[in-house]
Amino acid sequence: MNILDLLSIPILNISSSGWETITIAQRAADALSGNSIELTIFFLILCILITVSMLAGLGMVLIYAERKIAGHFQCRLGPMRVGWHGTLQAFADVLKLLLKEDLVPARADKLLHLGAPFLSILATVLGLAIIPMSPSIQVIDVNIGVVYVTAITGLGVLGALIAGWSSNNKWSLLGAMRAGAQLISYELSATLGILVIVLFAGSLQLSEIIQSQAEGWWIWRAHIVGIIAFFIFLIASTAELNRTPFDLPEGESELTGGFHTEYSGLRFAFFFLSEFVNMFVASALVVTLFFGGWMPFHIGNWEAFNSIMDLIPPAIWFAGKSAFFIFLLMWFRWTFPRMRIDQLMRLEWKILLPIGFANIFLASLVILTKFHF
Amino acid sequence: MSVNITTLDERTRVTSEADSALDTEEYFVNMGPQHPATHGVLRMVLKLDGETIKEVIPVLGYIHRSIEKICEHSTYRQIVHLTDRMDYLSSIMNNWAVSLTVEKAANIELTERIEYIRTIVAELERIHSHQVAWGVMGMDLGAFTPFLYGFRDRELVTDILEETIGARLTMNYIQPGGVMFDIHPNFVKKVKEYIAYFRPKLDEYEDLMSGNPIIQQRLRDVGTMDGETALSYGATGPVLRASRVPYDLRKIEPYGVYGKADFNVAIGTAGDCWDRYYVRIEEMRQSIRIIEQLIDNIPEGKFMVKKPAVKIKVPEGRYYGHVETARGVLGVFIVSQGKDIPYRMYFRTPNFHNLWCTTAIAPGGRIGDLVAITASLDLVIPDIDR
Repeated sequence: MNILDLLSIPILNISSSGWETITIAQRAADALSGNSIELTIFFLILCILITVSMLAGLGMVLIYAERKIAGHFQCRLGPMRVGWHGTLQAFADVLKLLLKEDLVPARADKLLHLGAPFLSILATVLGLAIIPMSPSIQVIDVNIGVVYVTAITGLGVLGALIAGWSSNNKWSLLGAMRAGAQLISYELSATLGILVIVLFAGSLQLSEIIQSQAEGWWIWRAHIVGIIAFFIFLIASTAELNRTPFDLPEGESELTGGFHTEYSGLRFAFFFLSEFVNMFVASALVVTLFFGGWMPFHIGNWEAFNSIMDLIPPAIWFAGKSAFFIFLLMWFRWTFPRMRIDQLMRLEWKILLPIGFANIFLASLVILTKFHF
Repeated sequence: MSVNITTLDERTRVTSEADSALDTEEYFVNMGPQHPATHGVLRMVLKLDGETIKEVIPVLGYIHRSIEKICEHSTYRQIVHLTDRMDYLSSIMNNWAVSLTVEKAANIELTERIEYIRTIVAELERIHSHQVAWGVMGMDLGAFTPFLYGFRDRELVTDILEETIGARLTMNYIQPGGVMFDIHPNFVKKVKEYIAYFRPKLDEYEDLMSGNPIIQQRLRDVGTMDGETALSYGATGPVLRASRVPYDLRKIEPYGVYGKADFNVAIGTAGDCWDRYYVRIEEMRQSIRIIEQLIDNIPEGKFMVKKPAVKIKVPEGRYYGHVETARGVLGVFIVSQGKDIPYRMYFRTPNFHNLWCTTAIAPGGRIGDLVAITASLDLVIPDIDR
């Protein structure tokens, strides 16, 4: 095999004409059965590269975006000094965090304290791996994708809980308890929101959920039920991300920093990074479930319009849609104040959850009567 | 009347042990001296049951600078410069309190111009103090944007005051016998421009915070204090007025030219955090009204009736004077032996008394409520300790 073979691999296939998903893990398996060890290794390295570069790259870009957006929301400029319009600020910050002393409180549970950030970031990496970014850019396509996502977000709670517990600080512990209560509660609503789409799509696999939206996105086709499910999922995933108005586990003005009060340097950066990349994962899921993932925007029979839309590569569609939802999450953060812990629980158990259950019942009726587009 | 004196050590001893798995144990947490919500070095020891507050014990003394003691060997003109280190957001009004008392004691007659300038400058400062209070309220409730909006508009007030006074934070302007400098030629024009600019911004404040359902949830029926409790704790200013007690020195004992201005005293109905928040918004409106009425009518005349070199002597006796600062009543008590320095000086600062309201209204709420309460009391910590 020579280098030309590598170049001819349709990895950068930007045409969306054939919307068949080929994951990179699938390509590696194909190469292995084709007895091409070099190609197998190449694809496996690509898997790792995609997740790692997504993690680092997204972290940097999102932190920069957040600071710029916050700046302009607040009548100021945001970072301006390092690089053109502060573009290198994120790198400077990472460098600073790398050079900082990694402190462990004297009476902390050392092993757990050191390990907690890794659990947090592990959950994020595992989540990134199954996000379908385009028909050809998806690391692995699990056939129970939705269940996998729900399980992985559950793993993230563990990082926060362990961090708060092992720090041996009462503020951290309060933050951890809040995180546990909040994340587990809102997971229920998020799952109920996802389930509606699973009912419509008839599959748990993320790529198939996207394929099922070739006729139209579920937010439109599942009309009222879909919109309710969308709002439930959006609110619940904002809560799972620990972002304002649900940032109680950190609650800077109340708990001085919540579960990561006692973290410094790179370990703090890990919590920070996982929060930001989780934001991408959540936005990507919203896009995948309700807004057709990497599918281009089509309108009924407008052939000309649709073919122009097809020219835009699916990866761009996906990036644009997720960027919109990331912006929405940042907008929330710089507008809303924080809720109180009992109000947060009331919102979940007394409002969102009953609506979620009613909605899923309604959704099954809609599907049975075929009362959707 | 007997007073029980208990040490902090006695009060923070855990008395009950959990004796079954279902029992909850109370514990103590130090909120401060370094904590983002206390805006300074205030320390509150909280007795908590889970998230519920059982008791609040404020512990003071972390920023004590013995201002009252330093006063005992400073001339009255020097004392003025110490007062703006107490409540730095109403520094000019603090200056005024000392000047007012000294002038009353030493029988100094002022010109109309001085009174007009003092009133306008004090009202400008009240606006800028309430802007900070509004922004900090947002920040404490988890919304960072209001904080910067508040500061954006406050900076413009300090710009105006800086032109005349020369300082941006610890402004010392009013002194016994007048004001230190005459107003800058641009002052009147800039104040008018600022009022035209700030009026729509005040509506923007309301759009951003007041109507927000989360703000309403966080503030309504939280930290409710009736008028009786407020009076018994010695609360003054917006805190007292929010509890339906229309006590405002500007109306009750008009000083300066408040008697000539037409304005209303904003009062609350329920005495909760929301009322304390909204009374301040309304006071900003009233301050704008006062300034608008006065700004065109500043009469000509001297801005200082006593030369700076003259050492003002206060006749022997005890004197008390008070003004309404942005946070409440600042009382000044002078014991004089007829010299140019006081024998003893005492400041009745508003924040010290407002702080103790937390011990009455915070228990029963959550930690988040305590943060809302301290924000709504609008505490400035250096004013508590002096």
